[in-house]
Amino acid sequence: MARVSPTKKEKTNTLRAFLVELVVYAVFVTAYFFLVLHYLSGWLQDLHLNHVRLYAGITLVLIIGQAVLLESVTTWLLRLLRGRSE
Amino acid sequence: MFFPISNSHISPLYLAIIGFFIGVLGGFFGVGGSFIAGPALRAVGLDWNFAVGTDLAHIVGKSVVAAKRHRALGNVDLKLGLIMAIGTMGGAEVGAQLIQMLKRAGNINNVVSIVSIAIYVSISTFMIWEAWRTLRSQKRRGPRAKVAGTAAKHDESSFSHRTKAIQRLKIWPMVSLPASGVTISLWVIVLVSFIGGLFSGFLGGGAGYIRMPMLVYVLGIPTHLAVGTDLFEIIISASYGTFSHAIKGNVDILIALVMHTGAAIGAQIGAISTQYFAGPKIRLAFVPLPLIGAAIVIYTLMTGHKL
Repeated sequence: MARVSPTKKEKTNTLRAFLVELVVYAVFVTAYFFLVLHYLSGWLQDLHLNHVRLYAGITLVLIIGQAVLLESVTTWLLRLLRGRSE
Repeated sequence: MFFPISNSHISPLYLAIIGFFIGVLGGFFGVGGSFIAGPALRAVGLDWNFAVGTDLAHIVGKSVVAAKRHRALGNVDLKLGLIMAIGTMGGAEVGAQLIQMLKRAGNINNVVSIVSIAIYVSISTFMIWEAWRTLRSQKRRGPRAKVAGTAAKHDESSFSHRTKAIQRLKIWPMVSLPASGVTISLWVIVLVSFIGGLFSGFLGGGAGYIRMPMLVYVLGIPTHLAVGTDLFEIIISASYGTFSHAIKGNVDILIALVMHTGAAIGAQIGAISTQYFAGPKIRLAFVPLPLIGAAIVIYTLMTGHKL
C-alpha cells in the first residue's frame, strides 16, 4: 500500500477544504459553547462541590465523549468538503 | 467567559487557540504538551493546582483524537500501549511518592528543577546527535525511492546497534509486537514505561518528552509508531491522572472542554502531517520541545515565579 507525495493541485484542494472546514467548525463550536457548556456549568459546579467522585467520573466521560464526537465531526466535514472539491 | 468551578474569567478564543497549538504538537510528536499548556493557563490567572489537573483532562481528549487518527494511519501498537500503561501507572505513583518525600525534606524545588533541566538538555543533545548522524548517513548513501508511509515502518537510526543489543536480551517472558516488528523482553517494556511514569509523577504532565525517545531508542519502535503508541498510552495514564486530580478538586472540566475544541482539529492536522516526514526528521524537529521545558524551569529558578 504505497502512498505517493501529493501533487500541487491536491495540496491546494486539501488546503481549501481545510479552511472551509475551519469556518464551519468554528460555527459549530460557537453554538456548542452557548447551547451545551452554558447549561452544563451549574450542574457541574454542584457536582464539583458536593459529589466529587461522581464529578471525576463525569469529567472523563465528558472529555472522551467530546473527543469522539469532534473527531467524527471533523472527519465527516473533511470528507464532505474534499469530496466536493475533487 | 466565566468558569465557575475554578472561579476564573478566561477568553474561550484564547483557550481554543492554545488547544489548537498543543493539539498540532501532540498529534505530530506524540506528547501531551503540558510544558506549554500549564504556563499558558497560569498566564491567564488560573491557580497552579487547577492548571495541572485541567491540563491533564484536556490531554485525554486531545490524545483520543490524535490516537484515533494515528490508528487509522496504522501507527498504533495496541499491545505495546496496553503493556506500557501498567508500568506507567506504577511509575507515576512512585514519582508522586518521591515528590511527597522531597516535600517533607524541604528541598523539593531545587531538586526537581535541577533534575528536570539535566534530563531535558540531555534528551535534546542526544536526539540532535542521533538524528543528525542518521540523516547524514542517509544522504551519503543517496536518495531512496520517494514513497512515503512504507519507508516509515522501517525507520533508520544511528543508535540501532545498541537498540538491537537490548532486543537480544532474552529475559523471560519475551513479547512479540508484530505491529512494530519487534520481539523484546516484557521487563524492558515495563522498565521503559515505569521510567516514563516516574517522570510524569515527579515532574508533572504526560512525560511524552522522555517516553517517545525511549520507545524509539530503547525498544526500537519506528518513530511513527512510537508517536501513535505514545498517544494511545497517554489516554490511559492521563485518564488515571485526571480522575485522581478531579477527586482532589483540581479539574475545571469546562476549561478543558473549551480548550479541546481547538485541540481536536489541531491534533488531526499534527497526526496527518507525520505522513509527510521521515522518522529522523520528526526526531530532529522534536529537539526544541525538551529545551522549551528546560527554559521554563530555568526562568522559574531565576525569577522565583512559577510560569
